[in-house]
Amino acid sequence: MLHSTAIVFTSFAYLGLLFAIAYYADKRADAGRSIIASPYIYSLSLAVYATAWTFYGSVGRAASDGVGFLPIYIGPTLMIALWWVVMRKILRISKQNRITSLADFIASRYGKSALLGGLVTVIAVIGILPYISLQLKAVSNSFTILVHYPEILMPTRVGEAPIREDTALWVAMILAAFTIVFGTRHLDAAEHHQGMVAAIAFESLVKLVAFLAVGAFVTFGIYDGFGDLFARAAAVPKLHAMMSPLEGVAGGYASWVWLTILSMMAIMFLPRQFQVAVIENVDEKHLNKAIWLFPVYMLAINVFVLPIAFGGLLRFPDGSVDADTFVLTLPMVEKHEWLALLVFIGGLSAATGMVIVETIALSTMVCNDLLMPVLLRLRSLRLNERRDLTRLLLGIRRSAIVLILLLGYLYFKLAGEAYALVSIGLISFAAVAQFAPSVLGGIFWKGGARLGALSGLTAGFAVWSYTLLLPALARSGWLPTHLLEQGPLGIELLRPLQLFGLSGLDQITHAMIWSMIANIGAYVAVSLSVSQSADEHRQASLFVDVFKQTGEVGGARFWRGTASVPDLYSLLARFLGVAAADAAFAEYASAKMLRWPDDPLVADAELVHYVEVQLAGAIGAASARVMVASVVKEEALTIGEVREILDEASQVVVYSHKLEQKSRELEAATAELREANDRLTELDRLKDDFISTVTHELRTPLTSIRAFTEILLDDPEVEVEQRKKFLGIITKEAERLTRLINQVLDLAKIESGKADWVESDVDMKEVISDTLAAMDQLLKEKDIDIQARLPEQVSVVTADLDRMIQVMLNLLSNAVKFCDSTNGWVEIALAERDGCLRIDVRDNGRGISPEDHEAIFSKFHQVGDTLIDKPHGSGLGLHISRQIVEHYGGRMWVESSLGSGARFSFTLPTGARA
Amino acid sequence: MSDFASRGQRFVALCMLGLLLFNYPILALFNVPGTVFGVPVLYAYIFVVWAVLIALMAFVAESDR
Repeated sequence: MLHSTAIVFTSFAYLGLLFAIAYYADKRADAGRSIIASPYIYSLSLAVYATAWTFYGSVGRAASDGVGFLPIYIGPTLMIALWWVVMRKILRISKQNRITSLADFIASRYGKSALLGGLVTVIAVIGILPYISLQLKAVSNSFTILVHYPEILMPTRVGEAPIREDTALWVAMILAAFTIVFGTRHLDAAEHHQGMVAAIAFESLVKLVAFLAVGAFVTFGIYDGFGDLFARAAAVPKLHAMMSPLEGVAGGYASWVWLTILSMMAIMFLPRQFQVAVIENVDEKHLNKAIWLFPVYMLAINVFVLPIAFGGLLRFPDGSVDADTFVLTLPMVEKHEWLALLVFIGGLSAATGMVIVETIALSTMVCNDLLMPVLLRLRSLRLNERRDLTRLLLGIRRSAIVLILLLGYLYFKLAGEAYALVSIGLISFAAVAQFAPSVLGGIFWKGGARLGALSGLTAGFAVWSYTLLLPALARSGWLPTHLLEQGPLGIELLRPLQLFGLSGLDQITHAMIWSMIANIGAYVAVSLSVSQSADEHRQASLFVDVFKQTGEVGGARFWRGTASVPDLYSLLARFLGVAAADAAFAEYASAKMLRWPDDPLVADAELVHYVEVQLAGAIGAASARVMVASVVKEEALTIGEVREILDEASQVVVYSHKLEQKSRELEAATAELREANDRLTELDRLKDDFISTVTHELRTPLTSIRAFTEILLDDPEVEVEQRKKFLGIITKEAERLTRLINQVLDLAKIESGKADWVESDVDMKEVISDTLAAMDQLLKEKDIDIQARLPEQVSVVTADLDRMIQVMLNLLSNAVKFCDSTNGWVEIALAERDGCLRIDVRDNGRGISPEDHEAIFSKFHQVGDTLIDKPHGSGLGLHISRQIVEHYGGRMWVESSLGSGARFSFTLPTGARA
Repeated sequence: MSDFASRGQRFVALCMLGLLLFNYPILALFNVPGTVFGVPVLYAYIFVVWAVLIALMAFVAESDR
């Protein structure tokens, strides 16, 4: 025996369990360990599609026209096949634009039109209210029936219960509490309600298990499997026709097709479906599993619908029991009270799941897209200046939830008895199907315009109201019924149920045909005939080309506050400088055929966006992102806050610039250091080379001096002639040593720049004559013919006379040294040309091979094999001479080839020293 | 052709197939008296096609290609 206390207690226990699950999921989410981040939970949450209407109503419809209920689940299956194309795109768009509801989506697509968002919200609320009241009705009815166990009593015959015992009201209040607690616990930037989703997924499991249990009980408990059940039903003449129910029914196939299309739209655009599928989606990848798991769920929950319907029709052949209640009454009449209780809980879960999600979705829409745009526009409220609108927003949403549930309850009380469950649900389906052209057109057709969407929605909604809502009101007794029978003002053509004479169709098909013609027609026609604003245009390409965009979307920003042109201008000037800000504003104005700063600009979203883009170009897109995130929390940003955000960002930018500069400086310093280090290493190597060479050069004469002195010291018997010869060699080697040391010191001085240069006007003619005079003795000894070809007069050069003589001596002695030993001659030539003196010293010696031409000028280079030939000089003379000549801005080189003598030449610039 | 594009086309093809099979005139072919394993032909047809369609969707959705 089921007592009402037991039923109430079980119900409360079940709802308490829901609270616990939602609470646990929310706690987990707060701790960062979400339990809903799973494709299975996502698929189960999508099953909020199956409401009390599915749970009780499917059997009701199946009992009247067989498979007629199936398009409501086959349609979504077909639509879900398209989800890979459609839903993935909607998901991506919604995540990029931080969409908070279906109304937000449509408004955002058409240039963030507040009017459009409001219209969508109004349509959704009006269209869905009957659907919510339907859930309350289902719970209330099932409770009433269950309470009278073991009697089978239809609620309509029970009469009014006192308000205190009105189940629907109690359920509405508990659901309002649940929705407020878990739907508006806090404002989430992404509008995720993890606790709610977890509870919904659980409810989906409960209703599936309950329905499968009762289905299995009827099919295998009461009857002996499907075959037995269908065979018995076929034996009843009245039911036999239902075995091929599409035959002969007027508009049977048309109904089937339109119901399929209607359900395809419903699975996308019912606010609760959009909420769980899009807004609550945490990962796009969950689609992959949901695409087949959710259809499997729908298939499973429908398998036993027909058996239960036939079972019910066989069990209650007199029609005393409403087919909508077969799911509950069959276990009751078979005295399975616990199964009946389970069914009741399953129906409760189906109803509550729908109501919770639907009210959250609707309250978000009412708050964000209906009330807030109006409130923000009311300047007297000064909302723009308030920093924290969170409490206000939550307050509005909570009120909206309570209001929606109360309206749903009222509708149930006043009009709920006029229709069977299925009809009420389909009226809601037809209402949300009006969103299809605007949404689907909006994501695939850039041409869809704001005015087009407004016209389409308005036209579609108007036709829906006329063909579905009006008759519903008339049947509830609120409007005269002759309106339906004769048409308004007696015009038959305008009868709401046979508009323009279209008859022979069921009400829903009739309404769908006319409303879709009006909706799509107006949407396309108006879109094609108006031009889009820049804002619409940008949003259109943002939505349609969502997969072509990479990274952060520049234009994705929500601006619901107000701004002033001077503020924006000064903001820009602060970061770009006054000149650049002026230029930017002038460019913006000229695009609008205005002149800056003479014509007034409007500080609309476009200008704000323009300024934002300009700023982003200078300081990066980070601040733009911050703005978007803040606005999604519905805080109207003031310019001051924008500045704060930008200040922070710009400080970061400044720091990073400084760091970059420092790092560049460091790099440069490092490069310099490396260069210096290389130079030092090279110098070190040169020094080592130099020392080893000098040491070697010094050792040669020292060795010979030491050798001869040792001979003289050891052997006193050496003949005088011999001794004289040895002493001569020693003297000569000592002289060479002295000369070498002098030259090394000289070179060191020149190279370190410490040499003393005693400068005077030097006549090179005199230098040559003096040198020749000094060498006269040597020349005579060697019997060398000297030819000097000197001009009458040459310009003087400013130079150190002794150094010049040193150079000449060096060249001449070299020439004498290397010229032909038997028939030697040396030729000296002096010439003046182009402000330069040129001196050539030519000999007829053995010559120098071209590869040695440069080498002979380097330090310690001796022509020939030093191991065989006795060295003829220090190897420093030519090097020093070239250093001297180059010191005075001249050049020294040699022209020669082996066997044909050599000509050493050097130039000296006349006049001032270079 | 990219993986995503080809998968999208397969899904669209499945949807088309479904629309065809759950529509006049194919549906009418099965709208006849008689039973299959005791289940009326129309009911059996709808549920079998539905199940096969879901299986194909699962295959396309879960295949790595």
